[in-house]
Amino acid sequence: MTDVNSNPETGGEEPSRRDFLYIASVGAVGVGGALTLWPFIDQMNPAADTLALSTTEVNLSALEEGAEITVMFRERPHFVRRRTAQEISEAAEVEVSRLPDQLARNANLEDSAPATDANRSTLSAGVDEGVEVDEALRSAMLVTSANCTHLGCVPTEGAGDYDAWFCPCHGSHYDTAGRIRRGPAPENLPIPPMTFISATTLRLG
Amino acid sequence: MSGPSTYEPKTGVERWLDQRLPIVRLGWDSFVDFPTPRNLNYWYTFGGILTVCLMIQIVTGIVLAMHYVPHIDYAFASVERIDRDVNFGWLLRNIHANGASMFFLAVYLHMLRGLYYGSYKAPRELLWILGVVIYLLMMAAAFLGYVLPWGQMSYWGAMVITNLFGALPLIGTPITEWLWGGFSVGNATLNRFFSLHYLIPFLIAGIVGLHVWALHVPGNNNPTGLSIKTKADTLPFHPYYTVKDGFAIIVFMIIFAFFVFYWPDALGHADNYIEANALVTPAHIVPEWYLLPFYAILRAVPDKLGGVILMFGAIGVLFILPWLDTSKVRSMRYRPLGRWFFVFFVIACLGLGWCGAELPDNKVPVLGAIGLNFLWLGRILTLYYFAYFLVILPLLGFIEKPTQRPASIEESVLGKGKSDASASAAPAE
Amino acid sequence: MKMIQRLLAAAAGALALATPAALAAEAGHHPADYDFSFEGPFGTFDRAQLQRGFLVYQQVCSACHSMNQLHIRNLGEEGGPFYSEEYPNPNDNPVVRAIAADYIVEDGPDEYGDMFERPGRPADRFPNPYANPQMAAAANGGAMPPDFSVIVKARHGGAEYIRSLMLGYDYEVPEDVRIGPGQYYNPYMSGGVIAMPPQLQDGLVEYADGTEATKEQMATDIAAFLAWAAEPHMEVRKKMGLMVMIYLLVLAGLLYAAYRQVWSNVKH
Repeated sequence: MTDVNSNPETGGEEPSRRDFLYIASVGAVGVGGALTLWPFIDQMNPAADTLALSTTEVNLSALEEGAEITVMFRERPHFVRRRTAQEISEAAEVEVSRLPDQLARNANLEDSAPATDANRSTLSAGVDEGVEVDEALRSAMLVTSANCTHLGCVPTEGAGDYDAWFCPCHGSHYDTAGRIRRGPAPENLPIPPMTFISATTLRLG
Repeated sequence: MSGPSTYEPKTGVERWLDQRLPIVRLGWDSFVDFPTPRNLNYWYTFGGILTVCLMIQIVTGIVLAMHYVPHIDYAFASVERIDRDVNFGWLLRNIHANGASMFFLAVYLHMLRGLYYGSYKAPRELLWILGVVIYLLMMAAAFLGYVLPWGQMSYWGAMVITNLFGALPLIGTPITEWLWGGFSVGNATLNRFFSLHYLIPFLIAGIVGLHVWALHVPGNNNPTGLSIKTKADTLPFHPYYTVKDGFAIIVFMIIFAFFVFYWPDALGHADNYIEANALVTPAHIVPEWYLLPFYAILRAVPDKLGGVILMFGAIGVLFILPWLDTSKVRSMRYRPLGRWFFVFFVIACLGLGWCGAELPDNKVPVLGAIGLNFLWLGRILTLYYFAYFLVILPLLGFIEKPTQRPASIEESVLGKGKSDASASAAPAE
Repeated sequence: MKMIQRLLAAAAGALALATPAALAAEAGHHPADYDFSFEGPFGTFDRAQLQRGFLVYQQVCSACHSMNQLHIRNLGEEGGPFYSEEYPNPNDNPVVRAIAADYIVEDGPDEYGDMFERPGRPADRFPNPYANPQMAAAANGGAMPPDFSVIVKARHGGAEYIRSLMLGYDYEVPEDVRIGPGQYYNPYMSGGVIAMPPQLQDGLVEYADGTEATKEQMATDIAAFLAWAAEPHMEVRKKMGLMVMIYLLVLAGLLYAAYRQVWSNVKH
């Protein structure tokens, strides 16, 4: 930079006024420039139409015991499984302290909630006013993200050490409550926000 | 003008870099210590303003391309989605759409500045020609971009302009079909227009680099048209012209922001908010305001091919302008006759713009009383447009007697106003 | 330099002459002036008026006119007629949900591959009254009712044009205008001939806020609603514009002072 002070044509008078002007101008340009950046960054965030489509309704009445469907919620696949009594008891028997990830990872519960089977099933889901849902159905239903918490592949159903989900990409084994038991995945499959809006309809989001 | 470099690397890193890639030195010599005539007025700030315009168009354009869909079934809706749903999408689109108009406003003032002060004359012929190339590319980019929202004006504008090429004998039809990628303006056309619209600004940026290079070899022209003779004629670019350009850029931004925030659709056309319809042509097709003079020249000729040739000739003549002007004097400031012909030239350009906006058979206000309609007004003004370049400027150099010019830029500065003790001091290096 | 200033003045004069002439050439009667609340640099929409205007759209216009670019959720978004601070997400807004549920929307395919109908949700687009443009034209004597999403931006005169058009059916037909069967005279329409029959009569709708539903009131309200529909972000635009203008003026002042300072000891 040219040192303005050494310039015979501008140097000398009123250094404080001059300094103020330079600092204020450069500062104002800097602040304005930084604020201008925000629209250019924010435009890449999900747009209003994308955000508006962030709920999905699932009809559970057609699901028989042991059946599983995959639904799309917020552009990602989710497992919706009506578990058999055996699958539920297998999952419920495991002590939480033996799990690699002991947190429920459930958007309907506090972050610190433990990964018990009840905290994983739709027993944790909200229920709209005036709606009654069969308790057995609520404990049987499991809704989790279908993207492995390792690097996002979709695990295979009915495979792996626990006959539940096995990720073919890097060998992660999940149990019948969607909890990671062995392999590189760091966390249990996350559970989306859910609400029963009728006895057999579950709204995600 | 760039003498020996005054850049002195201060740190080890700067020295290391300077020996391998003297990019800091280039920047220093071009934009910090570059000796610039001390008498440049505000008309000389448009170069900086145009650089900012180009950057704004490129940055907002890249961002809009993240949301725009170049398909005839989705283009219109995707633009509406940008306005309605994309975060700040309305702002980015307003800036980009009005930015095109601002860009042309600045480029026209920049070109008229060059015409008035003789900035196209030796040794700046190539500088001028590169500028005309940039102007041509700008028009192409603006036309292609105007098609993208796929409104009625987009579609019919594309139809009319591409059909111009149909005027060419023999190859007319094959060329237009090649441009369209079909038998009419359609999806293939929109898709390739989007691709080219994205490409051209980067070509412009490259030629702007050459334009600045070609400027920095002879140095700036100035309102006297005199060449720089001594150091006393100049000031270092920084801080004198950085702060002056900076101020001018912000004043320009105020005008820009006024349109973006308070009058965003004023420079566009209402019909472009109607989705393109190949079955219905709007009653009154007009191009954007910055192309209106050429539209008037096109319509001035009753023959299709003749009109097209004349329209392209109107830009083509700018390429040979440096060799058409025979005057020994650069600046119109010292050309008593040339100055008035220049004034009429500006009026003719504005008048042609007016003719382009009107229906040819409409009567001209006031002059309509003697039967003058816009077609004939356009013809008269077209005649003057070409006469200015092809007759007046070539002959005037021989006829005109220039007025007394100062001996140097320094003298011209000293001569007009109160004396100043430090005025003759050489600027710091 | 003086000369160039004179030139600019001449140019401004030429432009001032050119603009109204160009407009007059293509439009019909100039729309009647009306003082809408959203005009001017600080103008905002009147929420109650937008709600009334939406009612007119819903009960009268939407039978023929689509609004393809708008979603039902837009009504409850910031700046919209039914926005409430309690529900920043319009999907939760009970008024918007109720409006949405009144529409029947086609969805699907379901797990058997069939399309099915369900009540609307806020994220849905406003349903189009016709399946395709051909059907829209055929049902209206060959004249397709235009889409309403951006109609205010797509017509010279904007909201005032819409208002005048809705009230413009009571004029006597001039001799040089020929009105065919299924056509009506309306001087605000370019050419004077319109295929839409007069729509508004006093008391046609019942406003929830007790406003008397006169023809004029309904025409004004629908025009205001369509102005909002064409640009839901108008209020944000003007608000941000004010901040930007203040910032730029301050910065221009600072830079001018800095410029004077830098150049204070140099002749130029």
